[in-house]
Amino acid sequence: MTATQDRPAGAGATRPEAARINKPVRHRSIPLLDLYQTAVGKKWVMAITGIALMGFVFAHMFGNLKMYFGPADYDSYAEALKTIAYPFLPKTMVLWLFRVGLLVFFALHIHSAYSLTRMNHRARPTKYSRRDYIAANFAGRTMRWTGIIVALFLLWHLADLTFGLGNPDFVYGQVYNNVVTTFDRWPVALIYVIANLALGVHLYHGTWSIFQTVGSMNPHFNPMRNPVRRGFAAGFTIVVIGANISFPLAVQFGIVGG
Amino acid sequence: MQLKLKVWRQDGPEAPGRFETYDAVDIKPDMSFLEMLDVVNNRLVEAGGDPITFDSDCREGICGTCGVMIDGQAHGPWKGAATCQLHMRAFRDGDTIVIEPWQAAGFPIVKDLMVNRASFDAIVSSGGFISADTGAAPDANEIPIPKPVADSAMDAAACIGCGACVAACPNSAAQLFTSAKLAHLNLLPQGQAERFKRTEAMVETMEQFFGSCTNHGECHEACPKEIPLDFIALMNRDYLKSKLKNRKLAGQVFP
Ligand code: HEM
Ligand code: SF4
Ligand code: FES
Repeated sequence: MTATQDRPAGAGATRPEAARINKPVRHRSIPLLDLYQTAVGKKWVMAITGIALMGFVFAHMFGNLKMYFGPADYDSYAEALKTIAYPFLPKTMVLWLFRVGLLVFFALHIHSAYSLTRMNHRARPTKYSRRDYIAANFAGRTMRWTGIIVALFLLWHLADLTFGLGNPDFVYGQVYNNVVTTFDRWPVALIYVIANLALGVHLYHGTWSIFQTVGSMNPHFNPMRNPVRRGFAAGFTIVVIGANISFPLAVQFGIVGG
Repeated sequence: MQLKLKVWRQDGPEAPGRFETYDAVDIKPDMSFLEMLDVVNNRLVEAGGDPITFDSDCREGICGTCGVMIDGQAHGPWKGAATCQLHMRAFRDGDTIVIEPWQAAGFPIVKDLMVNRASFDAIVSSGGFISADTGAAPDANEIPIPKPVADSAMDAAACIGCGACVAACPNSAAQLFTSAKLAHLNLLPQGQAERFKRTEAMVETMEQFFGSCTNHGECHEACPKEIPLDFIALMNRDYLKSKLKNRKLAGQVFP
């Protein structure tokens, strides 16, 4: 046993220092602004913008259910969006506030996701040859990819139904007609279904993850294995994505616009 | 038992790493994992080779020095056990075992399986203490602390600083360690005076070395002390409060 007591040359002699992957935080006169320099702060930004985006996808889905009531109802709903709080405020003002707000939320959400991803790559320069995950699930590990699919889809969605690019039957303002004519083409319907499945995977992990990020941990709401959190995440995702996917399918099967 | 080991060898901090394969023969199921490595090293030395460098001290799960990745799991397959507490009966005769060091920018490799965890010391020395004069030891139970709170603080204090949480995390995030070190002081009355200063300093020091949490929960699965994820939620909340609270009025309300 004596042989092993000789210290191998090198060990103990050199103590390598850890590389710093981030600069120290510069404290501002308004401490709240420090948050965006830090990862925990950026996660708060992701969570809060994520909640706002959840509110948006829910409202968007809920409003679109009107298409099941026919062209008159659906088009007047689209028109009503432009006159929220009118005549107290000018027409389309609230709509524009929503649009600008959404754009800012998207930008912050995507920028913090991007910068945290870069940070995480710096934090693990050498990968393991083999890694057995126990807790991390598919949804959690693919957030970046489902997020990118959703972002690309969003651009395409705006081009398709807001600007009418690529749809010869598009008529500005005739929302029902535009939805029916675009979803009538099966490749378009397919893209909507696939993109919504990606959004569903993203939402499922996101709606579960926010509870931890914002520090909700009251065992009265979160007993063993967090059934309330999982249930909320699954329920929210199924309702939003289920309804969203039903729209292109309803057009394809002639239930809407048939 | 007869086993094959695929071990990460790296001559020094800057040297490139490589895998080497060794035969582990005459292994008894009741040996600990580190004893198995001792046996392999003895034979290596007898054959004139360079023994595999790994860290260990207490060999009873309390010092936190011994962690390695075993078949892609930090501290190997047993839940709630450090590498030194893992026994060879966890493996089957003829198995091939892959052994790697913790891989993280915050834990530079000294040699082979041994890493420098001094970045954890940097986190603790930035705020993981109470700087009031303590005087003589007070009577027990002089400061009332609700039993569930005392229990949580004790759970947090069980962290041995082994680094398995960082090693197991896909992002090399040190949230579980830092939040445990924070919670064991932040939950107790004695820790309140510096609670938000401490949280701010320790989180910001942590982020100079480690990645960002994505709430996967791999750290908790790997942790030999089974530190709960709730402490990370508490840390997230306390960090936000550290930026929001008017510390000149701290102590007015017990949050
Ligand atoms: C458009 C591109 C998008 C990208 C690149 C993106 C990326 C990400 C990433 C990387 C995360 C972090 C996951 C984690 O830390 O576990 C995340 C979280 C989240 N995302 Fe997105 N996302 C996008 C769009 C959306 C949309 C449209 C919504 C909502 C409808 C959304 C809702 C959420 C929520 C609620 C979270 C949870 C935040 C948290 O963990 O606290 N995201 N996103
Ligand atoms: S939290 Fe657990 S895994 Fe992390 S350093 Fe402490 S004891 Fe080790
Ligand atoms: S050698 Fe001390 S914890 Fe394993």
